[in-house]
This record gives sequence, structure tokens and C-alpha cells, in this order.
Amino acid sequence: MSTTAIPTNTKWWSGGRSPFNASYGKVMMWYFLMSDAFTFGAFLISYGTIRFSVNSWADPNHVFNAFPFAGHANLPLAFVSLMTFILIFSSVTMVLAVHEGHKMNRKGVEKYMVLTILGGLAFLGCQAWEWTHLITGDHAVLVNGQIEHWGTTVSKNPWGHEVMHDGAMVATPGPIAFGGYFFGITGFHGFHVFSGVIINLVMLIKTRLGHFDQRGHYEMIEKAGLYWHFVDLVWVFVFLCFYLI
Amino acid sequence: MSDHGVTSPEISFAPEHASGTKRIWRTFWLLSLITVIELAIGLAIYNIHKGANPNATLVLFFKGMVCILTLAKAYYIVSIFMHLGDEIRNMIMTIVVPLMLFIWFITAFLWDGNAWKNLRNTNAGSRPAQTEQHQQHPVEKDAKP
Repeated sequence: MSTTAIPTNTKWWSGGRSPFNASYGKVMMWYFLMSDAFTFGAFLISYGTIRFSVNSWADPNHVFNAFPFAGHANLPLAFVSLMTFILIFSSVTMVLAVHEGHKMNRKGVEKYMVLTILGGLAFLGCQAWEWTHLITGDHAVLVNGQIEHWGTTVSKNPWGHEVMHDGAMVATPGPIAFGGYFFGITGFHGFHVFSGVIINLVMLIKTRLGHFDQRGHYEMIEKAGLYWHFVDLVWVFVFLCFYLI
Repeated sequence: MSDHGVTSPEISFAPEHASGTKRIWRTFWLLSLITVIELAIGLAIYNIHKGANPNATLVLFFKGMVCILTLAKAYYIVSIFMHLGDEIRNMIMTIVVPLMLFIWFITAFLWDGNAWKNLRNTNAGSRPAQTEQHQQHPVEKDAKP
């Protein structure tokens, strides 16, 4: 990629220069993201372990089949793919903001930071709708021979397999760990998105105030961008683990 | 070169970023395409489950394919969007090598989960009832004298 010649036989580890050829802040941001990757990894692997240890699990195509203003239409994967595309697109606007920062173009950085923040807020709105829909949406469940109406919470959910009762198919209580893992992991990710939006807002304000022009570089936008892309990266795996498989 | 980049004695050169945004948009379309393929596979799995005789092997194959596509997406996000691909080798290695821990992490724990399922479905994990042995002794003692 680089057309600038790297001096041959550079002794990266002999001191006096960064062996990673990157600033302290950027290296530390990468290490933070690596530790965060292990945190999310541990959550998702724990979820996988529990899911592997039981005989049946909630069917994601059955649980996540609703779309705002679509009533009871059966639309598996539709809403979550909208959320995925929102996050991919806000990732692109973020990388364009970093690009404008390299060119020292303040107006460009401002424009793309605003778009990135709007994308993040749209994603959070979608997640709020999805959680509300799951928690408040009542479904008939057969519990001890009685029909009860349950939403999806961390302690119970109506997503077990269906059985015949009074001549109609009715659901049974689902795997007890489902709600805890779903709300725990998507909530932890949502909180990352929320803090990413706050960080981006601070960066937008600092850009507007001309702080980075005074400093002579837009490296802070790059570091905020690393965090924002990481949030997108985590979503790729949450999307895989909860909605696709 | 001097118009961007952080001036610091620790950094010997600033990686020269592409002047155009072509590569970024190409990556965007690539990520979108992979996501659309993933969604198509997801819907295929949904339709297989809806059918009369779900083919477990086919479902497993599709799920494996989605996992590989997800790893491809992760590679493009990290390499192009996060610019890790533009850094020097030392930087790439200090991030990627520790992440190798995930290979053990995933294998060991999913194996463990599967072992738990096997125990659940057989009586291999259950203890033999010991109450009978305890009760036998006093009965014998009472009976002998």
C-alpha cells in the first residue's frame, strides 16, 4: 500500500522509535479493542456452550420475524438485515470521515461525522423497537396444563417447541437461558453503540471548534473510527450467532 | 506526505493513504454482497426447517458456510476500514497473534457443551442410588442376633 520506501534493514526493536510505527494512542486503542474482543468472545462462546448443551433451542426465524408497522406479517430476518445495513453504512461514512481527516478537510469530516452519528442513532432506535416488541409481545404458552400469555424476558420466554392442546398447536416454555443471553449480549453491544455515538459527538464538537486544525492532524478521528468499526465488527458476529444460525 | 500524518520522532513514516475513495466503496459493496448471500442462506435454512424432513447435514453445511462468510466480512472490516492492512508487519502481528487464543477458546468450550449434552441424554452422568447400601447394614445387624 505504502509507496514511501521503508528504509531497508530498519532495526524496529533497537529503541528510539515505535516498533509498530504508530502513535502511543493508536496502539493503545488497538490493545483496548483486542481486550474488548475477548470480552465479547467470552460472552458469545458461553452462549454457544449452553446452546450446544441442550437438545433444543429457540428458532431465530420464528422469534425475530416482525417488522415495524407490518402487523403480524411473518418476515424472518427482514428487520435485523435492515439493522445490519444501517451499521455497515455508518461504518462507511466513518471511514470517509477518517479519509477527509487525512486531507485536512474540516467540512468533509463534519459532514461524514454527522452521517455516522445519525446511523448510530438509527441503529439504537431499531434495537429499542426490537426489545420492546419482544418484551411486550404476548404469546400463548402451555404451562402445567394451563394456557398463559408470556413475553420474552430474561427469566422466561414462549419459544419452546409446539405441542397439541385442545385441538390446536400451542408453544411450550422455551430454553430458560435464551432471554438472558439475547438481552445480555445485544444489550452490551447496544451500550457500545451508545458510547460510540457519544464519542463521535465529542469528536464532531471538537472538529467544529477547530481543535484538530490547531493540532495539525486529525488522528483523534482515526481513533474514534477504530472504536466505531469495532462496534460494527462485533455486530457481524452477534448477527451470526443470534439471527443466522 | 507532510500535509497529513503525525509528526513524532517515534514514527519514521506515515503510511500513504489512497487519494481516492474507490477502495472504500468497493469494500462497502463487497460487505453488502456477502451480507445478502448470508441472508439468502439464512432463508434457505428457514425453508429447510419448514419442510417435512429437514436435512440436518445440509443445515450444518449452510451454517458452516455462513460462519466462513462472517470471517471474510471481519477480515475486510479490520483490514480496509480499520486500516490494519496498511500498518507495518509488527503492528499487524501484535494484534493478530493474541487473537489466535480464540481457536482454543471456541473449540474447547463448544466441545464441553457437546459433552454436557451427551451426559444429559444418557445416564452416564447420574450417580447410582446409594441409599439402598446404607439401609442394608442395619437390617443385617438386626437380623443376625
